[in-house]
Parts: sequence; C-alpha cells; structure tokens
Amino acid sequence: MANSVEIKNLDLSFGSVAVLKDLNLDITEGEFLVLLGSSGCGKSTLLNCIAGLLEVTAGQLFIKGKNVTWAEPSDRGIGMVFQSYALYPQMTVKGNLSFGLKNAKVPKAEIEERVAQAAEILQIEPLLNRKPNALSGGQRQRVAIGRALVRDVEVFLFDEPLSNLDAKLRVDLRVEIKRLHQQLKNTMIYVTHDQIEAMTLADRVAIMRDGKIMQLGSPAEIYDFPMNKYVADFIGSPSMNFIQGEIKDQCFTVGDHKIPLKSYQAKATLNEGQKVWVGIRPEHVVVGGAVAKADHKPTVTADIVEPMGADTLVWTEFAGQPFRIRLGGTFPVASGKELPIGINASTISLFDLESEERL
Amino acid sequence: MIYGTLLVVCLYYLLPLYVMIVTSLKGMPEIRMGNIFSPPVEVTYEPWVKAWAEACTGINCDGLSRGFWNSVWILVPSVFLSIAIASVNGYALANWKFKGSEVFFTILIFGAFIPYQVMIYPIVILLRESGDGITNIIRLFDSDASKFRLMGSVWGLVIVHTIFGMPILTLLFRNYFTSVPEELFKAARVDGAGFWGIYFQIMLPMSLPIFVVAMILQVTGIWNDFLFGVIYTKPDTYPMTVQLNNIVNSVQGVKEYNVNMAATLLTGLVPLVIYFASGKLFVRGIAAGAVKG
Amino acid sequence: MALIDAGRTGSGAKRPLRLFKNMTAKIAALPMIATALVVFVGCTLWTIYHSFTRSRLLPAPEKWVGLKNYDRLWGENRWLISIENLAIYGACSLVLSLVIGFVLAALLDRKIRFENTIRTIILYPFALSFVVTGLVWQWLLNPGLGLQNVVREWGWTTFTFDPLNNAEIVIFGILIAGVWQGSGFVMVLMLAGMRGIDEDVWKASRVEGIPAWKTYLFIVIPMMRPVFVTALVIISAGIIKVYDLVVAQTSGGPGIASQVPALYVIDKMFGSQNLGLGFAASTMMLLSVLVVLIPWAYLEFGGKKND
Repeated sequence: MANSVEIKNLDLSFGSVAVLKDLNLDITEGEFLVLLGSSGCGKSTLLNCIAGLLEVTAGQLFIKGKNVTWAEPSDRGIGMVFQSYALYPQMTVKGNLSFGLKNAKVPKAEIEERVAQAAEILQIEPLLNRKPNALSGGQRQRVAIGRALVRDVEVFLFDEPLSNLDAKLRVDLRVEIKRLHQQLKNTMIYVTHDQIEAMTLADRVAIMRDGKIMQLGSPAEIYDFPMNKYVADFIGSPSMNFIQGEIKDQCFTVGDHKIPLKSYQAKATLNEGQKVWVGIRPEHVVVGGAVAKADHKPTVTADIVEPMGADTLVWTEFAGQPFRIRLGGTFPVASGKELPIGINASTISLFDLESEERL
Repeated sequence: MIYGTLLVVCLYYLLPLYVMIVTSLKGMPEIRMGNIFSPPVEVTYEPWVKAWAEACTGINCDGLSRGFWNSVWILVPSVFLSIAIASVNGYALANWKFKGSEVFFTILIFGAFIPYQVMIYPIVILLRESGDGITNIIRLFDSDASKFRLMGSVWGLVIVHTIFGMPILTLLFRNYFTSVPEELFKAARVDGAGFWGIYFQIMLPMSLPIFVVAMILQVTGIWNDFLFGVIYTKPDTYPMTVQLNNIVNSVQGVKEYNVNMAATLLTGLVPLVIYFASGKLFVRGIAAGAVKG
Repeated sequence: MALIDAGRTGSGAKRPLRLFKNMTAKIAALPMIATALVVFVGCTLWTIYHSFTRSRLLPAPEKWVGLKNYDRLWGENRWLISIENLAIYGACSLVLSLVIGFVLAALLDRKIRFENTIRTIILYPFALSFVVTGLVWQWLLNPGLGLQNVVREWGWTTFTFDPLNNAEIVIFGILIAGVWQGSGFVMVLMLAGMRGIDEDVWKASRVEGIPAWKTYLFIVIPMMRPVFVTALVIISAGIIKVYDLVVAQTSGGPGIASQVPALYVIDKMFGSQNLGLGFAASTMMLLSVLVVLIPWAYLEFGGKKND
C-alpha cells in the first residue's frame, strides 16, 4: 500500500532549542495514526509541521508522493480539527463549511453540492443556518470535521480535539471519530496525551518523547512488547511495576526471588550478571488457581486494598519495592492478609538497567 | 462622609462647565454686573448665534462655523486613515510576525514619547517636498494642473495625524488581536485564506468593539488638537480649536465674554457628546493607551 | 518570480527566500516601518543635527557652529524662565495628579452607589481640548469678573486671587487648570489598578485589625507600583509637551512669566525666525524626556533579556 504521508529526517528548532530531532515516519493510506506523549514531547509541533503551520528547520515532508515541505497549508491536501474546534464565530455552519472552498475559487454550484454532501455524511443538515455559539460540543466537532471533508482532503489532522470536554462527552465523541474513520477511510493523524484515546482509536501509535519517537507500533504491540522502559511505563493504568535485579543462570534474580526466563521472548542475548529492570503489569499477576502453574510463586502481604467495582487494586511490596496488583473484583483479599501470587515469564518485560532498552 | 467629600469634589469638576453654560446665556450688561455663578436673569441665545456665525477672527467674520466644518473635513479622513493603517499594523504584528517587526514596533512606541516639537520642522519640509513631488507627477499627465499642496492643506494635516496616532492605536490593535485565539487563525490558513482574506473576513467582523474604542480615542484627540492645526494649515483651513483661540485671545477692544463662552462650549461639544454617549468604552480607550508592553 | 511562486504552487519543494516570507504582511506594514524610520528616527536626528548649525529663517546644514546655539539658549532669560516654569508645573502637577487621582480612586473603590455618575463627572474634563480648558479657567480666574470678584461680593472685600496677572504665581494658575483636566485620567488608571488587587488582601488585613488608611499606605500602594510607574511616565511625557493650555490661558504672559519650553520652541521656529535656537531648545526637551524614559525602560525591560 502506498504511503500517504512520509516524513524524512525532520528537524525543528526554535532558536537554539531543538524540539524535533531527525524524525522519520511513514504513514500508510487510510491509516489512523496516533501521536501520543506527555506535554512538551513535540507531538503538536509535529502535527503543525505536517499541516504547514510551522516551518521546518531541516528535512522533507511528502503527502501522497508530492513534496510539500514548503507548501502552504491549503495546498497540502490536509484538513485540521483543532482542540477548540476554531469555528468562525461570525459565520453560519454553512459559511464555515464554504469558507475554504471560496478561498480556492471553487464555483458556487460545486460548493453547494459539496456542502450538502458533507452535511449528509455528518448528519448536520438541520444545523446549516445556525451559528457556532448555538451548537453543542458534539455538533461543533462535526462541523469542524466537515470543514476538512468538503475540501476533499487526503489527510485529516486532529490536534487533541477531545481534551476540552468532560469525560462522558469524550467517550461519545471518541466513538464518533472512530466510526467516521471506518466510513471515510481517509488517513488520519491524531494527537493526544490520553492513552485510552490512543489505544482505542489507533491503527498504530507513535509514542513521542523529547522530539523523538520512542516506539511505533499497533496498540497491542505497544502494550505487550514495549521497546523501552519509557513506553512500558507510559502505557497501562495503573502503570507497570519495575523491579531492579540481575540475570543469573537464565533467571531474573532479586534478593531471594528467581523468575526462570525459558518462556520469555528475548530480543537480544541475556548476559550472565547483566543488571536489568523487570516490568510486570499489575493485571498480569495471577492469583488463585493459576498460581500453581506460574513460573514464580511468591507470597506478598496486601497492604492497601482499593475496590473499584469491576477490579480491585492491591498495593503491596515485592523484593522490598512497592508493587501493585490488579485483581478481579470478586477475588477475596483483605488488608494485612497474605496473598499468594504468580508471575509468568511470558508476560513480563526485561529492560537493560542503563540503556532502558528491551531485552 | 465619603459621599460628602465626593459631592464637594464633583462640584469642583462641574463648576467650570456650569459657569461656561451660564455665562454663555447672559447678556453683556448682566455679565458686567457680576456674579459668574448666578444663573442668567434673562436667558439669551444671541451669544451662541454670534459665536457660530458672526464672530471675527481678525481675518474674516464668519464665526466658528467655518472652523467647525474645517474640523470635520480634517477629522473624517484622519480617523479613517489612522485607524485603517493602525489596525492592519496591529494585525500584522500579532499574527504575522516577521524579522524586525518587533524592532519597528518598539521604535514606534518610543516615538510616542518624543516631544512633537523635535519633529515638527522636518515634517514641514517633508510635506512641502512631497507635495512638490506629487505635483510633478500629476503634471506629467496634465501639464496645466495647479500645484498640489500637502503642506498647508487638509491632506497634510491628515497625514500628520495618522503618523502621530500610529503608536497608541497600533498598540491597541496589537493587544486586541493577540487575544484572539490562535487556532482561529490557523484554521483560516488551513482553509486557504491569506493575509487580507483573514483580515477582512475573520478579524474585522470580530473586532467591532475595539474599532469603536479606537474611533473614540481618535475623534477626541484629533478634534481637540491645536498644535498641529496651527502649524500645518493655513488660516482658511484652521480647525475649530485654533479659531476659538483666535476669537477669544486676539480680539482688541471689548471682550464679549458671553460669546467667548458660547464659542468655547461649541468647540468642546463634539468630544463631550461622544464622551457622555460612550461611557465605559471611553474609559477602555484611555486605559488601553496606558497599557504598555 | 519563480522564488515567490515556489511557496504557493504545487512545487512546495523549494525553500522560499527569507525576504519573501510573509511578503504581504511586510508590504502591509510599510507605513509603520516608514513612519518609525523616516519620521521618528529620521526627523529627530535631522533636528538634532541642525541644532548645531546656524539656521535662521531657513535650515542651513552647512553652517556648523557647534554648541553656539546651546550657549545662547542657556543665556536667554526667556528660556530660563520656561525651564523654571516647567519644573514647578511638572513637579506640582505630578504630585497633585497622583495624590488626587489616588485618593479619588480610593474613595470610589468602596463600591459606592452612583460610581458611574461620579466617575463620568470627574473624567469629563479629559474629553475637552486644552484650549477649551485654558479659556474656561482664564475666564474663571479673571480678577474683575471671575472668582476674585465673586468672593469679594460675598463680603470678603480684600480677597485677592489673581494669578494670571501676577508674574510670580501665574504658573500656578495654569497648574489649577492642568490638574482639573488631567486628574480624572489618573483616577481611572488608579482605579483599574486597585480593582486588580486581590480582594482577599483586604479580608486578611481586616482580620488582623489594620485600619483602612494603613492598609492603603503600606499594602495597597506597594502592590500598585506598576500602575504608579505607568501613570508617572504618561503624566511626565504629557507635562513636557504642555503647549495648548498655556497658549489659550495666558499666551505665555504676563510678559514672559508663563513661558514654557514648548511655547519657546514654536515661537523661535516660526515667530522669531531663529531655527537653530528652536532646534536646540527642542533637543533639550527631548533630552529631558529621555532622562525619564531610559531608566524606566531599563527597569521594565532590561531585566528580561532572554528572548
């Protein structure tokens, strides 16, 4: 499949501060790509570069095979949905939708046709004569998407569109975006700091930090096989447990604990005596009947128990360090009581202590 | 207690206005008798008529009406031009920063503090030379054309007002446009609108209030101007303020105080009306002039 | 041509020249650039240069005479009186405006009724031309028919209040008019500054039992430092330019007793036909503004040199 967007060796600096460093990214046609990261990692900056709203310092940008590194935003075949939706307040919905086409000198009849079509797809026909301040959050999002839709663009760019909304609305509108993607099949690049949005919407996720991509992969890959400690820590709520230890006799050892690594899919060779981090997700710890078949079966004391309804979060200690366990809500556990648990090597992740890369 | 003090304060401020009005409605004999605070025993509108249509300024005797229309002729183009240019400046500075833009803006702001006297004479020369230059260009097409004057004409004064109004107005508009959400600007750029497109179709419709504030500032400032009026115009194009001063201060013989007061009131009327009508917006305008950086 | 188009047509592969970036914006800002450079910088430098020449009726850039004009300037009685008047007027006007403005603002700040009306009344003089103000107060201070006369009529027959004819104190007559016009503006500034102070500060001082006047003096005023500084700068800039008021109220008289530098400059340039002297005087005016402006600018912006 052809690449819809290609980013090659992108550098962006503001004065002496390098925000994006030698970035490379290829996005296939029709893909939903999410740029995920915390504030300041450069994801919005990257999106603005793709849109043409920020000038690159070095590197090249291609959209559908065309070199658009220095092209104006409206010539790149992109449409953008902003965090605040940025609808033109003095124009009606119809005016908002036609603005871009008017600037492109599209004939009036065609503008009418395209606006009608987009309104139909987005189901905003009854709203055409309203002004933005008379619309609900969801309606505004659809109009914002509609602006890109009428211009028949190749790529849709989303800059944290759900961040300003309350939790319930966020869930509803998130689904709408996903449905829209399935319907339109356009390439979509979506920026967010919320990992749930990333996991639920993306075909692939690019986790960014300090202007670099830490890992690019499907949600499942990122969750099951994080490539470095940062990604492992970022994805998953509550976050992964990390314990320091070393490799001895093909086992992860810390204190008296030994986790045999036969069923662990290692990427690199594990050297004897190598100092490592082991990452264990709270939800991958087994209890009850499954403990018997686990690779390592320690017993821990439940310190604080947080019942959350469907799940229960248990805070304990393992090898002298804080350790979180997520259990099914019905499992009997009480504060202060002992709890036998099991850890399987197939579900853990090993990271070199210094490089923090996956082993 | 506070109300008492405030009452006295208000009297202090209102007193001159009251005295002006009262004096302008009295006949001369009554004024000579004496009490400037007493209301007119016999109200007469003659001073007003005289001030408007008959007072002598030493050159002609058409009263203030001539000055009034001159002021209007100066005011309208000046307000329009100064606001048009300053709003575009503010817009460019807020959204289209280019290398050196901030430097020029800083020079502009510092320029607002330079005493006018320092720049007055060179500007006279500039206007005269530009006028001659334009005359030459016009004469390329029409060799009989009469001399086009900038110095001594209303247009020269309009340019001067535009220049000296630029710093504060540009600051006003720049501050306003920076408060417009940047995403709106970005969305318009993604939609293909350019510099002028965004200005006319997006920014202008949103900024009516600030334009009103700017207009109030300019109308008040330009109407009340005296210095530029006296230097850059000729006697038959003197604005109202200059005429007023001539009527009152350069008359020999008997001073007709009632006419003078009527004339003073007439001159102050336009900005006063605007002031009372615009309330909060006026305050916003001058507060904006005080917001620096 | 090709370079300009490269950014706009499909071939977005070429990097447009730095100069052509934001071309429309640059062209649109030309008036501002021209004004800043040609007028504000250019004309000022022109005047300063010519203040060192022997220009009389017409500018004479070739007749360089160094500081001769300045020598003459500081020897002229007329100039010295103007400076003296300006100093007195400036100092008093500044102090009075700030104090009156502040006190009025404090009175108004206490959520009283009729606030809008009272503010409207105090501020309206600001909407008037200086000429109007000057003439009105000339009338009020008229010895035969104005205030002096009225008070005498009320019985106090020896009351004398005739500043405009008294060379010693005429500047105070102008001062009264100036403060009447300008204090409203200062009040508005102060009020805005006061309103920006967190209400909780007042609550805290009440809880501690600090009387209101002390709160104002030791807590509120220090918190309003930026507003005071702004007011100071604006008032000072205005004081140096005072011209219209003097022309209208006293025409510089009696004699030359109420001369101010601005008046001196205009007289020399357009009246006495001694341009060189006029330029020297205006350069001196510029200097005095800079003396106030540069320290302020340094305070405001000197510390933040990291952009």
